[in-house]
Amino acid sequence: MKFLVSAILALSIVAPSIVPAAVQKRAKAPALTEEQRIVHVLNRLGFGPRPGDVERVKAMGLEAYINQQLSPEKITDTVAENKVKDLNVLNMTTADLYAKFPQPGQLLRQLQARGMLPAEVAEAREKRDQPAQPGNPLENENYRKVLEEYYRENGLQRPQRILVELQASRILRAVYSERQLQEVMVDFWTNHFNVFAGKGADRWLLPAYDRDTIRPHAMGKFGALLQATAQSPAMLFYLDNFQSVSPNMRPRPLANPQQQRRGINENYARELMELHTLGVDGGYTQKDVQEVARCFTGWTIFQPRGGAAAVNAMTGETARRTAGTFFFNARTHDDGEKTVLGHKIPAGGGFKDGLTVLDILARHPSTAKFIATKLVRHFVADNPPKSLVDRVAATFIKTDGDIRETLKTIFFSNEFNSPEAYRVKIKRPFELVISAIRTLGADTNGGPGTHQWLARMGEPLYGFQTPNGYSDAAESWVNTGGLLERMNFGLALAGNRVQGTRVDLARLTNGQTSQSKVMDEALKTILAGEISPSTRETLAKQLDQSDPVTKVVGLILGTPEFQRQ
Amino acid sequence: MNRRFFLKSGSIALASLGTSLSTPSFLERVVSGANAEGGKRKTLIAIFQRGAVDGLNMVVPFGESSYYDLRPSIAIAKPQTGNAETAIDLDGFFGLHPSMSSFKPLWDSKRLAIIHASGSPDNTRSHFDAQDYMESATPGVKSTPDGWLNRYLQAKRDRDETTFRAVAIAGKMPRVLQGSAPTLTISNLSDFAIRAGKSSANLQNGFEAIYAQKTNDALANTGRETFEAVDYLKRVNPAQYKPENGAQYPRTPFGNSLLQIAQLIKAGVGLEVAFTDIDGWDTHVNQGNARGQLANLLGQFSSGIAALYQDLGQRMDDVVILTMSEFGRTVRENGNRGTDHGHANAMFVLGNGVRGGKVYGRWPGLKNDQLYEGRDLALTTDFRDVFGEIAVRHMHLEKIDRLFPGYSAKQAQFKGFI
Repeated sequence: MKFLVSAILALSIVAPSIVPAAVQKRAKAPALTEEQRIVHVLNRLGFGPRPGDVERVKAMGLEAYINQQLSPEKITDTVAENKVKDLNVLNMTTADLYAKFPQPGQLLRQLQARGMLPAEVAEAREKRDQPAQPGNPLENENYRKVLEEYYRENGLQRPQRILVELQASRILRAVYSERQLQEVMVDFWTNHFNVFAGKGADRWLLPAYDRDTIRPHAMGKFGALLQATAQSPAMLFYLDNFQSVSPNMRPRPLANPQQQRRGINENYARELMELHTLGVDGGYTQKDVQEVARCFTGWTIFQPRGGAAAVNAMTGETARRTAGTFFFNARTHDDGEKTVLGHKIPAGGGFKDGLTVLDILARHPSTAKFIATKLVRHFVADNPPKSLVDRVAATFIKTDGDIRETLKTIFFSNEFNSPEAYRVKIKRPFELVISAIRTLGADTNGGPGTHQWLARMGEPLYGFQTPNGYSDAAESWVNTGGLLERMNFGLALAGNRVQGTRVDLARLTNGQTSQSKVMDEALKTILAGEISPSTRETLAKQLDQSDPVTKVVGLILGTPEFQRQ
Repeated sequence: MNRRFFLKSGSIALASLGTSLSTPSFLERVVSGANAEGGKRKTLIAIFQRGAVDGLNMVVPFGESSYYDLRPSIAIAKPQTGNAETAIDLDGFFGLHPSMSSFKPLWDSKRLAIIHASGSPDNTRSHFDAQDYMESATPGVKSTPDGWLNRYLQAKRDRDETTFRAVAIAGKMPRVLQGSAPTLTISNLSDFAIRAGKSSANLQNGFEAIYAQKTNDALANTGRETFEAVDYLKRVNPAQYKPENGAQYPRTPFGNSLLQIAQLIKAGVGLEVAFTDIDGWDTHVNQGNARGQLANLLGQFSSGIAALYQDLGQRMDDVVILTMSEFGRTVRENGNRGTDHGHANAMFVLGNGVRGGKVYGRWPGLKNDQLYEGRDLALTTDFRDVFGEIAVRHMHLEKIDRLFPGYSAKQAQFKGFI
């Protein structure tokens, strides 16, 4: 009860007018035990407990733990930062990424244009395009080798490497970071402001998106986050705004018709309102979409595909630091008067037009409701309780979109702490993978071994094509193919068959040797002992088999219970 | 949430069909090829050529003099009897690329139809956007949450609700199948199992026992269905598959995908929508003509589809194969003996129920003033009219008003290839 009292106190500080009177009355399902509340918080504010976490939180107090998680900047995070320190792409500018990870076709064309293409590379490329024997791609294989050699000699790497390192950083931080809530919010906003790595230049633009756009604002003000995404080259490319120009702009003769700018593009304007702020029923019209698109004309990217960054770097020319960065092109901006959601935006606003739109949207009541609904769905239940959504939206409005305060309203709410919310959310594959690695105290390099499993289960990071991002509701994840791969993942992880990830099951079971105690330890660690008697019986049958610990742990990771959080 | 694959007790009776009284009606229907409504189960196999195939060298308008003017080094020569490096004459105006000779018998027996100058009305020349639009079937609208084949599944309820109703043989779920109706994405049928070496069977039993306990739980129900499907597929034994009628699939990932689709159809698992793709069509440099990279790929593409047709034999009465690609390529060849991103393209439709042996769609011509934006083949058939015709006339979807949001597909616009 102590927790509930302090929860009410905390809530009353945030929003004194909305203390729920129902808190004491509610007694239908038995209230969560202290241990369950801790497990619940570790699951929802983070990616599940590691061995010993429950005890650690118990010792410091649950409320203190939640408050600590709400201030990630005060948490030292040496272990996680050490884990990612060798992932070079994280600290590189976009211009450097273009220079060091060039796309082979583009690089070879540029080398050829400058007469720098080595004869053997040119020859291998030429032969690659000649007819090979059907079913015998030897020439292609040779071309690949020659290219690889050329890349190695010049200190270059294939662009695929960027995404390997970026994904690894997300996995490593989710597994090892003490700032668990920060990582949960990074995941949340990365989905909310989804960008697909497979779209054009976006794979070069994503490291900056994670580092400079999402992370600094993940727990800050929504308005600042929104503006950061609007100006991010990753989003400008993904939703085409970088090529949206005023239909009235002065034409400039362009050599290549493929680069011909095609006037205004409404994609960003539409998704900005439908998916980033107001929601589909948020009260905007097609006319608003057109007007918003006009406001954002000229918001573009300098050298969106990197220009000749790689060749320039190889010839020692001073690399342009600006390749792949945001810039406002006044020449292509539609500077006439606009009306957005009833607000008149006078002519001549230039760059400020876009900022005005973002400000209108960030403060709009529909945005508060939309963001509150998504947050409550993520943290509490697939069908967000309306009472809580209303209170969360009220906090969002009152605090001018302060994400931290908004989250506080959720975490200290009666709904969040109710037994109805306990272990009801189906983990998304990312949550499953991270929580499984954490619960076993496994060691991972976050490399392709884990990426492949995420892809098989249906959630490759940065691999969601459409702008709505991965779903947060069970119905998207409970399907035959996905479930089978979840079970296979559990078996592979327990059996040390996930490349780059090692599990020491002997340590996990606390050195127990009696087999039934081994099982009890495993169940205690992985599911806090919460499992049906019949499942326990099924697991016990495995103890007569060879390699029982691996099997029991693999099966536990594949139970319906472990798919939930 | 009460989908049931079929009762386990019944699945054993599969081999001796019709003799067992315990066989559930669903299994009977599925195995006999009937659906719950009593009609024959129809199947669509959709194949995506990712990267934008050069439709003008695939289905060659050799009757157009501009075609030869604009393509000095990569054009396919006019048909010439006895010369295997010239276009394969279809109707005196159009010809197939010479590497696609395996399509000729299907054309001659009127089982292959072509819709030329077809595609998306949107003018994007981005692969990503154009594929997105073709799969969502909402050109110009990115936020459409589902693909058109998934909307088909939603629109036509299947009372059998088989796990294998819609299957993509692919590494990841294609956009076209995304949506609320359940679908399955498998890269390899033999991977659809518990994979733990020698312990697999033992562990599967363990999982089955665990998932058998809970009732009224979506996760547990799905778990039970999963194992029913796994067991059934095991009995079908995909590793031992032998194609029929002497069909020889190309030994490539694409050939292997088609072979697995044939397996599923023959296994009688109730497959209604199958999807797979083949990439590498983005021929900006050294495209080749009668030989070269495009020739190799078209050879693999057509011989794979012809093998699938041959393998399925009489089953092609109830199957339609449809091919598509996101946009065509420039009519003019570029400075690298290749072609760049263009507009309209050609689609193939194959099946015993297809009115083949004809090139459908109005041909817009290739003269300068006939080109789209001065450079590309113009569009005369919206791809949604092609999809719509298949959905209505082959798959017997009654109402297509929700299949293509924002577009009114009308029977009057159908080309009549079915």
